[in-house]
Amino acid sequence: MNRILKKRWISLYVENQIGVLSKISGLFSGKCYNLESLTVGRTEDPTVSRMTIETKSDEETFEQIKKQLNRMVEVIKVVDFTDLSVCMHEILYVKVRKCGLKEKTELFQIAETFNAEVVDYGKDSMLLEFVQTATKNDAVIKLMQEEFHSIEVVRGGSVGIEAISMAER
Amino acid sequence: MRKITGNKLLVKALKEEGVDTLFGYPGACTIDISDELYKQGDIRIILPRHEQALVHEADAYARSTGKVGVCLVTSGPGATNLVTGLATANYDSVPLVCFTGQVARHLIGNDAFQEVDIVGITRSITKYGVTVHNREELGRIIKEAFYIARSGKPGPVLVDLPKDVMAELGSPEYPQEVNIRGYKPNKTVHIGQLKRAVKLLAHAKKPLFLAGGGVIIAGANEVFTKLVEKTKVPVITTVMGRGAIPTDHPYYVANLGMHGAYAANMAVEECDVLFSIGTRFNDRITGKLHAFAPNAKIVHIDIDTASISRNIHVDIPIVADAKEAIEKMLEYAEANETEEWMQQIEGWKKEHPLQMKKKDGTMQPQDIIECINHCFDEAIIVTDVGQHQMFTAQYAQITEKKRLLMSGGLGTMGYGFPGGIGAKLGNPDKPVIVISGDGGMQMNIQEFATAVLEELPIIVCVLNNTYLGMVRQWQKLFYGKRYSMTNLLAGAALRRGDEKLPEYTPDFVKLAESYGAKGIRVTQKEDIEAAFSRAKKETKVPTLIEFIIDPEELVYPMIKPGGTLQEMLMDC
Repeated sequence: MNRILKKRWISLYVENQIGVLSKISGLFSGKCYNLESLTVGRTEDPTVSRMTIETKSDEETFEQIKKQLNRMVEVIKVVDFTDLSVCMHEILYVKVRKCGLKEKTELFQIAETFNAEVVDYGKDSMLLEFVQTATKNDAVIKLMQEEFHSIEVVRGGSVGIEAISMAER
Repeated sequence: MRKITGNKLLVKALKEEGVDTLFGYPGACTIDISDELYKQGDIRIILPRHEQALVHEADAYARSTGKVGVCLVTSGPGATNLVTGLATANYDSVPLVCFTGQVARHLIGNDAFQEVDIVGITRSITKYGVTVHNREELGRIIKEAFYIARSGKPGPVLVDLPKDVMAELGSPEYPQEVNIRGYKPNKTVHIGQLKRAVKLLAHAKKPLFLAGGGVIIAGANEVFTKLVEKTKVPVITTVMGRGAIPTDHPYYVANLGMHGAYAANMAVEECDVLFSIGTRFNDRITGKLHAFAPNAKIVHIDIDTASISRNIHVDIPIVADAKEAIEKMLEYAEANETEEWMQQIEGWKKEHPLQMKKKDGTMQPQDIIECINHCFDEAIIVTDVGQHQMFTAQYAQITEKKRLLMSGGLGTMGYGFPGGIGAKLGNPDKPVIVISGDGGMQMNIQEFATAVLEELPIIVCVLNNTYLGMVRQWQKLFYGKRYSMTNLLAGAALRRGDEKLPEYTPDFVKLAESYGAKGIRVTQKEDIEAAFSRAKKETKVPTLIEFIIDPEELVYPMIKPGGTLQEMLMDC
């Protein structure tokens, strides 16, 4: 069995009911499974929600996570995204404060390089929106922490779907 | 169509589900349901004296009858008192449907009187839990609750009923069909896997069956015994699996695990194929994991995929109901050459027989259990948790007409006595014997009122050694005899250092009598049988038999928690 810790993903179809999110997240906390991120939203069928779960675990634990999810009455389907070709992105907002002209110019350059959008602009602050892979978002946060004095960050967790021909994560 | 209230629909649903007995304790949020039950009058209502005992009673009723146990309690404290019992049932896969009252919907979240989020509280200890938010969902939810509780790996289901939903008028229809898209219990066996497993078994030199509680839950005892006779493969059991094959059967070895017999544990160590059915390889049976069954290929049949390859690596996993799988195996299995292997096991049995060291004349737990063995041809034995439970698991003969019930997984003290009540309510014609300790007995002793008023002639054995004996055993063996928190005579007198400690309290015999039950105290071996004969004659009242036991009696053999077989402690 593979004991190596690595990032793994699950796409989960669940009943869109009260308490389901709590049940799923409770499984992770109750059994001490690592939960890197979890996103959830309603699907084209309003009775079904879909979650994208990212966990850092070894293979054995991951197998157990999938089994435990599968046995829940509210879980409709568990899809292992770890080795599938998927399209998976995360939204990230970075607000930069205390910007002078120099910083603002730099921010426009960053936006252009990373394909980010400048979604808001003030006297001495700017707000950038990135939609890209979580790994790239990690890099952006690191970069901007080094470059600017005062930043504020919020990110949404990865959302993924099986790719057709263009995989990216 | 005439509309009816939710309360009416609930009672109708219970009848359609074949519920004949309901364990209930009333309150403000369920008073309308109580009223409806009163008016319709067809369901026998048992009123225990505490909700914790209530849920244990429903649990043992379910275990001993195979029906779903049904509980009805009020919101808030009524509901929270179920928690231990739900966890107990969940751990041992017992089908329960528990209805809890809830405050009206507009009050939920307001910290209303007797409001708790019971579905949230019990989420990790139930198979499924749901609050009914709309009257029109009520019928479907109840139907699903019963289906989920009894199908697949059985378990407790909690249905939370807001008072206003239950008062609302709605459809009188109770659905006949269930369709839950996320819940499709496995009803088939993978024949390819099964054939591989059978082949592995056939080629083994030292094959061994390990039967767990799953065999008993599936009602597979009879077919399993046939399979054992056909294959000639010896059997060991977990504590919960005891009775999967009659314990006097020539192919039965013993229980394995922490207090398992030497022969059973040696057999695990030596076997080359361990064929396990319906067990989750709990730490109490495996001990140190890397040293468990070191020479064996392991086959594991279980209804729950999540139980397979969780604790130990399994070579051939088979997800199936035990009975289905065993019946299929009977078609393919062949006789194995096991004579030599059986002889080796017999040798271990002789080397270290399962037997308490005889001390002259003193009454030992083994004597009591053995007396039960020969005094009763038929019985349901229900234990509490502790030393007496392990003594029972070691020495009780469980044959076709006998059953053993206990809280095996969670190890819930206080289960035994209410468990006996539930078992007797479900099996009025069978003798029911509770075996408890003086500690566990006091955790639900109020149930004497229930037992007496329901006229249940159960026999309640209390093995009184004035200590919380199992913890004391650990303290004696591993904690330098520092008997912290285990002495049931402790209190102000012991703290003061008085030379003479007070008399044991309560006086169990007088206590039983004060409830209108019979009480007998037995202090010597010679009186054991007479006490049981007297108790057997009672037809309407329970009898408590208090056995005065030496606190120095320990459960042997014992493998230290997390230890290996080489570290097995024997009684010498």
